[in-house]
Amino acid sequence: MITRRTALMGAAFVAAAPAIAVQKASADSESMTPVGAKVDLANMPRRKVELVAPPFVHAHEQVSSQPPAIVEFEMTIIEKEVEVDDDGTMMQGMTFDGSIPGPLMVVHEGDYVELTLINPPENLMQHNIDFHAATGGLGGGALTLVNPGEKTVLRFKATRPGTFVYHCAPGGPMIPWHVVSGMSGAIMILPRDGLKNEKNEPVSYDKVYYIGENDFYIPKDENGDYMRFEDAGSSYGDTVEVMNGLIPTHVVFNGKAGALTGDNALKSKVGETVLIVHSQANRDTRPHLIGGHGDLVWETGKFNNPPERDLETWFIRGGSAGAALYTFRQPGVYAYVNHNLIEAVNLGATAHVVVEGEWDNDLMAQVVAPTAYGDMHISKKALP
Amino acid sequence: MYSIFKAKTAAVLSGLYLATTAIVVSQEVPLPELVTVSSGMHQYRASGEFLRSGVPADAPVLAISMPRSFDIMKYQVSVDAYRRCVAEDACGEALANRSQKPDHPVTGISFTNASEYAQWLSAKTNVKWRLPTDEEWSYAAGSRFVDDSLGAKEDPANPSLRWLLKYQKYADLESEQTLPVKPHGDFGANENGIYDMSGNVWEWTATCYQRSSIDAVGKVKADGTANCGVRIAEGQHRAYITYFVQDAKGGGCSVGAPPTHLGFRLVRDDKTGYGLGLINQWWDSMLGRD
Repeated sequence: MITRRTALMGAAFVAAAPAIAVQKASADSESMTPVGAKVDLANMPRRKVELVAPPFVHAHEQVSSQPPAIVEFEMTIIEKEVEVDDDGTMMQGMTFDGSIPGPLMVVHEGDYVELTLINPPENLMQHNIDFHAATGGLGGGALTLVNPGEKTVLRFKATRPGTFVYHCAPGGPMIPWHVVSGMSGAIMILPRDGLKNEKNEPVSYDKVYYIGENDFYIPKDENGDYMRFEDAGSSYGDTVEVMNGLIPTHVVFNGKAGALTGDNALKSKVGETVLIVHSQANRDTRPHLIGGHGDLVWETGKFNNPPERDLETWFIRGGSAGAALYTFRQPGVYAYVNHNLIEAVNLGATAHVVVEGEWDNDLMAQVVAPTAYGDMHISKKALP
Repeated sequence: MYSIFKAKTAAVLSGLYLATTAIVVSQEVPLPELVTVSSGMHQYRASGEFLRSGVPADAPVLAISMPRSFDIMKYQVSVDAYRRCVAEDACGEALANRSQKPDHPVTGISFTNASEYAQWLSAKTNVKWRLPTDEEWSYAAGSRFVDDSLGAKEDPANPSLRWLLKYQKYADLESEQTLPVKPHGDFGANENGIYDMSGNVWEWTATCYQRSSIDAVGKVKADGTANCGVRIAEGQHRAYITYFVQDAKGGGCSVGAPPTHLGFRLVRDDKTGYGLGLINQWWDSMLGRD
């Protein structure tokens, strides 16, 4: 279905950047319609999962009590203007299911993921989805290219346990643009018998925080003010220019600087174990929990590899998702940051965890509160 | 009592205050509108951090006397007014973007910028101008002053309790803040007829960060530390900001709501002895001459 707006968009693109014409080349849905022998999954049990917006995750079992099933999900692609910081900076965003990042999906190894992907007629652009967890067909991207007003259903088998990124990849320069406009999320495929520590002993968590990190590239006008655009199409040319400089204007968690601080800070208590799933679809990052650690970290996110213990900072490669398990031992405010501190403090990549409970003086105590100690102690070396 | 760094900073800053006003009065700089705040008693929630037996505690309320009336600017210094100082190379550029409206309060101002402006305006008008102290500001603010005490008893066994309480308090404040800079007068006047106090532009004061301890009966002990590299900006809450910072926004470890915007207003300091006396007192204390 070609709406008038879509047609206008097309014209705008050609005028702005002739290179956009190659967009058709990489993800052509017709030619990729699979022709292999049908798999009979008629007797496979099915269940439906309602997705939940990040940083939270839908209810799920950690150790599966059921045989493998077809797990049905539905996501609607929503193009909308979003606020990316507290200064009111706006971006023409593109989202899976209305949130940046898209929702975290959880299944078990051996399950089939069956996603209905809807591109409503109000949207301007073609979209699709590439699951790093899926095998073949450009991760599903080749089978899922939907125009505004279309929907598609993709099924793939969850063969590898771990946390994986999914993102939109509609071809050519549309790929990075859609991704840095917000179109990424993650899926967690748990081993059927749950997570294991480095000695292969079972471990579990009380809750999951899903942290999706995004790098945004918002153009500025001649006055140094962030520009605001009528629609995604009109933002494209200026945005690509900033993108190609590779210096983001914003690096944020959950779609906005400050999205997970203050009233929206994450909550926990002493003794509680959290699994922090961290995805970055485009750019390297290095999570660090200030005042805490990663007790067990699957840095690359793949659960068939034993986790590392006691990490201070872990590395999430651009285009991947990792997982860290941590039990809070001390009350207070924790900052969960991208430990490029410029990105954390100045560009936005900071979340807070507010932890209640009893203070453990054995772990930490203030032996002497800050007090003046007098001029006589100032080292002579400190003199200019 | 004070580190070399602080003493040096103080020397630089005091230079600004004590500079002579030899420059001829310029006709094109009009005197700003002023409000006279009369003398009186002030129930002052002390600024800075207080420790009781080494544990963070609420600051005491001190009954202090404001012995003289003083004149304070009715409005915050405007973009237009500040630009004149910049144009004469007497003030650094404000950080805020170039699309600021001339008749709005100037923002993106550091303590240094505000001090530069006071010096420039003093020279231009042949009247002594300076930043208010935190005592003066809070007294002038009256009902607009926001008490930053947590109202919680200190708990030596669990330092996280006050910390979490403070976090929540600042989170609540932050959610109520409005963003764009508003025209002068938009936040209304207080009972003294002073406009826009505790709006969304915080105002620099001359007061340094201090850490003090209080004894068992709540009396402030005289063994505190002052750090004049950090000054108080007053507004919806008291903010302690490094003197050269123009935009206090931050995340990371700095937990708590930062000021939305940094601006200032000045007090007129030509009443005999009073203002200079304060400065001299402060300067003496910096040199350790009590």
